[in-house]
Parts: sequence; structure tokens; C-alpha cells
Amino acid sequence: MLNQLIGVRDWVDARFPLTKLWNEHLAEYYAPKNFNFWYYFGALSLVLLVNQLLTGIWLTMHYKPDANLAFASVEYIMRDVPWGYLIRYMHSTGASAFFVVIYLHMFRGLLYGSYKQPRELLWLVGMALYMALMAEAFMGYLLPWGQMSFWGAQVIISLFGALPFGIGEALSLWIRGDYVVSDATLNRFFALHVVALPLVLLGLVAAHLIALHEVGSNNPDGVEIKKNKNEDGIPKDGIPFHPYYTVKDLMGIGVFLIGFAAVVFFAPEFFGWFLERDNFIPADPLKTPEHIVPLWYFTPFYAILRAIPDKLTGVLAMGASIFFLFVLPWLDRHPIKSFRYRSPLFRLLLWVFAVVFVTLGYLGTQPATQVASEIGLRAAELYFMFFLILWLYSDERSAAIHFQTFVVLVIVMLAIDVIRYDEAKSGLIMLSALLPLGYMFVFTLGPVFTRLNESRAVPERVTS
Amino acid sequence: MSLKKTIAVALFALLPALVSAAGGAYKPVSARVDLSDAASLQRGAKLFVNYCLSCHSAEFMRYGRMGEDLGISEDQVKANLMFASKKIGDTMEVAFARADAQEWFGVVPPDLSVIARARGEDWLYTYLMAFYKDPSRPFGVNNLMFPSVGMPHVFEELQGVQRLKEVAADAHPSSNPLDALELETPGTRSAGQFSKDMRDLVNYLVYLGEPAKLERYGLGVKVILFLLVFLYAARKLKNEYWKDVH
Repeated sequence: MLNQLIGVRDWVDARFPLTKLWNEHLAEYYAPKNFNFWYYFGALSLVLLVNQLLTGIWLTMHYKPDANLAFASVEYIMRDVPWGYLIRYMHSTGASAFFVVIYLHMFRGLLYGSYKQPRELLWLVGMALYMALMAEAFMGYLLPWGQMSFWGAQVIISLFGALPFGIGEALSLWIRGDYVVSDATLNRFFALHVVALPLVLLGLVAAHLIALHEVGSNNPDGVEIKKNKNEDGIPKDGIPFHPYYTVKDLMGIGVFLIGFAAVVFFAPEFFGWFLERDNFIPADPLKTPEHIVPLWYFTPFYAILRAIPDKLTGVLAMGASIFFLFVLPWLDRHPIKSFRYRSPLFRLLLWVFAVVFVTLGYLGTQPATQVASEIGLRAAELYFMFFLILWLYSDERSAAIHFQTFVVLVIVMLAIDVIRYDEAKSGLIMLSALLPLGYMFVFTLGPVFTRLNESRAVPERVTS
Repeated sequence: MSLKKTIAVALFALLPALVSAAGGAYKPVSARVDLSDAASLQRGAKLFVNYCLSCHSAEFMRYGRMGEDLGISEDQVKANLMFASKKIGDTMEVAFARADAQEWFGVVPPDLSVIARARGEDWLYTYLMAFYKDPSRPFGVNNLMFPSVGMPHVFEELQGVQRLKEVAADAHPSSNPLDALELETPGTRSAGQFSKDMRDLVNYLVYLGEPAKLERYGLGVKVILFLLVFLYAARKLKNEYWKDVH
């Protein structure tokens, strides 16, 4: 029996690199032995990709991409299709879980400098994946054809309309295929959601994994394990991905699935964050909902957009907020990868960025009151300053450069405040200015007057 | 588009905002529904069929499914909860044309299949309790949760007629709309009975919004128990393999 199986394997190996692929990507792919909590999310995003593909295929068997039938077909899935409700909730919860996992995965990259040389391309492919995932989620959200599906799509597509020289209008018309979001839009979004973008995602995932396995995984110490190999050419701090990390990830998947099942079975709407209330009202082009909110995973960028009163500037700022993430490897060129060995100020910078990102996300879901908009603008300022400080910290720089950066930042902030000055909220503007001012002060002048921007020595080998 | 039509569309688009601006002061009170109470769901179903279904449809709900889920036999459903012309596998549709409804009420009564998911159970309960006499309205009633609502007070016979309390100018307005109303003419049900009726009805509407709710909690417990066993095994396996990693 065993001999027969080996025979089959050898037969295949003579015609297809089965054993070779297995070894290169699993059994002889050496991963650092010191992966921690943050290293589960890559595997988890693969699990979610499979979940979305499988549940998506089954939803497609019952869903009808037609403006007159779509809403009803979703309710048909919820009621008349055996296990339909479960498939649908796994898909809708899976979408949100995907973003939870991806955001943690990306933040891991920030913590341990995983985007740095030689992993720049890995990061770029990852960012492309993130873009494709956002497009996939956005188009998928139109399909239930509820009020939020409709109006959310209407608002987001109209953002393209802000582009100048007549490009904007033509572009948004081209995307919608109509003057408003309509049946034509629903049909093309369906095609893109179930065929085009999944293909793009799968291709990019393959590229992401190939790039990763070419350069090897980073780790919480940011030490390249390939620099310390034994006589057989195997990294001393590396262990074969299979079986060590396959069984460890299996454990992580177990923990994740418990949380996932808790949401799917007990709170699939997740208090209006995963399935919005207004989306249980069929799309009605004549009735605008009170406030239109995109789903939570877009809201950090939506908050940046809304923080700026001028539409075109807002759209450009939103574009810039994503663009800066792409060029992270070239902004932060500090030789030390992991935040563990970088300065206290750098570590503070990272966590403040995380808080700013979550704050923006929350504000994006709230009605734009005067105070919320003001905090939104300040948070957007902190968001962008993060990238400048990353650049500032990535080399030993003179005190003069730190002072100049401080002065330039103050001038830019004041210029923005002068342009948008409004008598009615002068108090609010001045009070909230303390936020960016404090941030600039601490992060640009902190390194000059204190020793808080000194990095620590990086160990030769990974610590366990 | 004619100017008149444009204005009409614009006004219509503004309507939700105006409505909420006027109704924002009141907060819904808790409906305290209990989906595990089958008797309450059955009473709710009866109220729903008798009072709601003549104008509102529930076009995603089948009579047969309702009977199975609520423990009502097919014969009983046919005898008590369905019009004679319907079949057990039919969905709960209304007989009259949408155009007629538009003329009678000024608005097509919304389908109630997923109304509990759109509005929330507490809002629905409070809304049903908050009709009061207002002679300026076409049906002589208005609602604190939904000002200028197009729906008549279909439960007037049961609840009786409520009116707005006279409030002293300096009194603190309560955010509970039910505190602002008092009974003028009693109905056939006492205040306690009527509020229980409405809880039954809302309970049914919650079920109607998502029939799977009756099964998904129980299934969820089983799935999570299985996953705990899986996690235990995965952890043992991991520890076994990782023994030699230092």
C-alpha cells in the first residue's frame, strides 16, 4: 500500500514538481522560531479568503443580480434556502473579519518593520491586495440592494466626480453605467465582485506568498535569520514551516473560529457595525437615509475625506492617505526593523498612529457635528504627520533639521487654520490646535532635548 | 422634470430628516421580547394576521414556515391565520393594489418582513404604544415616535384613545414618550393587557424579521463546543511538536 502511494508520488514528481513545491513552501521553508501573536494573521487571512470564496460560490447559486429581485433573493436565502442564513452570515461576518485580520496583519508590518529591505515588493503586493480587497468589499456591499448599499455606492462613486477637467463626471458615469446607481451598476458590480476581483485577489495572494518565500519571513526581533546558517545551510533560528507552524496556526485558527462563530451565531449584525439597520430597507432612489455611513473598514479614510470641506481636496487627501502607506518602505529607512529596539519616541509614535487610525474610523461612522468634524481634521493632521516623522526618524539628523521640521509643520498647520478660519468656531479651532501642536512638539523636538530617540542594540540572534 | 415635480421630489427626499428632527426628543422604551416564549409568538401571530396583514404584506414569509416554527398545526394555520384563497406554501401578501394604497394612505404601507431588523424591536413597541388623538390629521391620530404618520391607529378598539398630557411650561420633558400620553377613552383591553399584546406582536415581528433566529442560537452553542474540543486537540498537537524547539 505504502509502496503504491510512493509510486504514485514518484510518477507525479516525474511530471510535475509536487514534492519540490511542498518542500520549498512548507516542509523546507524555514521560518523564524520566535513568531508571536501578531504572526497568526497571515494564515487567518488565507482561511478567510477560502471562507469568502466558498460561501460566495454558494450565495451566487441563489442570489439574483437584478434591481427588482436582489433584495428579495437575499431574504429568500435567509429563509427558504437550507442553511442559507448560515452561508450568508459567514460571508457577511467574513468580510468584516477579513478587514480586522488584514488591519492587524498590516500593523504587524509596522511594528516589526516588515516592509523594509528586502521586503519592499512584498509590502507593495500586500498593499495592492488591500486595495483589491477594498474594491471587492465595496462592490459586494451593493449586492443586497438595501438603502445603505445603494446610497453608500452613490456617495463613494460620486467622489470620483470631484476630479477636475470633466474627467470626474465622465469617470463616475463610466463606473455606474448610468446617471445614478441602477440595475446597470448592480450587474457590473456583481460581475466584478464574483469573477474579476476574486481572480485578481488570488493572483496577488500567490505573488505575495512567492515573494515572501523568496526573501523569508521577518520576525519580532527584525533579525535576518538567513545571516546565521549552520553547516547544512539551514538558518540556526529557523524551523520548518511544516509541521511547526502548520500546527501552531491550527491552534490560532481554533481560537479565531470560536470568536468568528460567536459573531455569526449570536450577533451577525454586530450591533449595526457589520450589517447596518438601514440595509434592511430596500434601495429607494427617492429617499435619502438620514446619514449615509460606509461600513466600518472604510471609515478611517472616509473621515479624512469628510474632515476637509472642499470636496476635491478631500478626495486628494484620502488618496494621499493610502498612497503614503504604499511608500512606507521608502519613508522609513531606519536600519533597525523591529520597534523593540527602536527609540521610546518611535514606539510612542506607532501606538499614537494606531489610536489615530481607530479614532478616525470611529469618527467616520458618526454624524458630522461641528466638534466631530474638528477632531476629524486634527486626527487627519496627525495621520499625515506620522509619515513625516517616520522619515525624520529614519536617519541620524541634526538638531537644525528637527527645528526646521517643527517650524514647517507649525506654519502648514496655521496656514490650514487660517484658510478654514470661521469666527463661529474660533474657540474650538484654537483648543483643538493643541493636539497637533503637542504632537509636533514631542516628536520633532523630543529628540533634540531628550535622549528618548535613542535606539537600543539589536541582538545577533532572535530572542525566544 | 417639471418644476413642481422637482420640488415634490426634493421635499420627499428631505422628509426623513424633517421627521427625525421633530421626533428626536423621544427615546424608545425596551420591548423586552422573548423569542423562546412560543405562546407569546402565537398570540403575536394572531394579532399580526388580524390587524396588520390587511394593509401590510410580509412577502418573504410563508404561512407554512410560520406554522412549523411556532408550533401551530397546518389545519389551525389554514383555519385561523389564512384567507381561504391562500395556499399553505404562499407568502403573506396583501390583496389590494399598491396604487390603491397610495391613494388611501398617501403612502404604500411598507412590507413588514424585515421591519424589526430595520427599526429595532424597542422602536416598534414604543411606536405601537404612542398613538394619540390629533384631529388635524386625516385619520384623527398622530404618533410621538413617527410624527405625521400615515397609518391609522388600528388598535384603537383595544387600547382606547390616548391624548397628549397637559404639561406645565417649566416641567422637564421626559424622554419616554409613553409618559407624555394619557388614556382619554378606555378600550376593550386594560393598559397592562394592551402593552402585553403589543409585546407579543413585536415578539412576532422580531421572529418574522429573521425566522432563523429560533435555531441559530442553539446551533451556535453546539458549534462553539465543538470548536473548543478542536482547540484543545490543536493545542495538544502544537505542544507535542514544539517540545523540541528552544
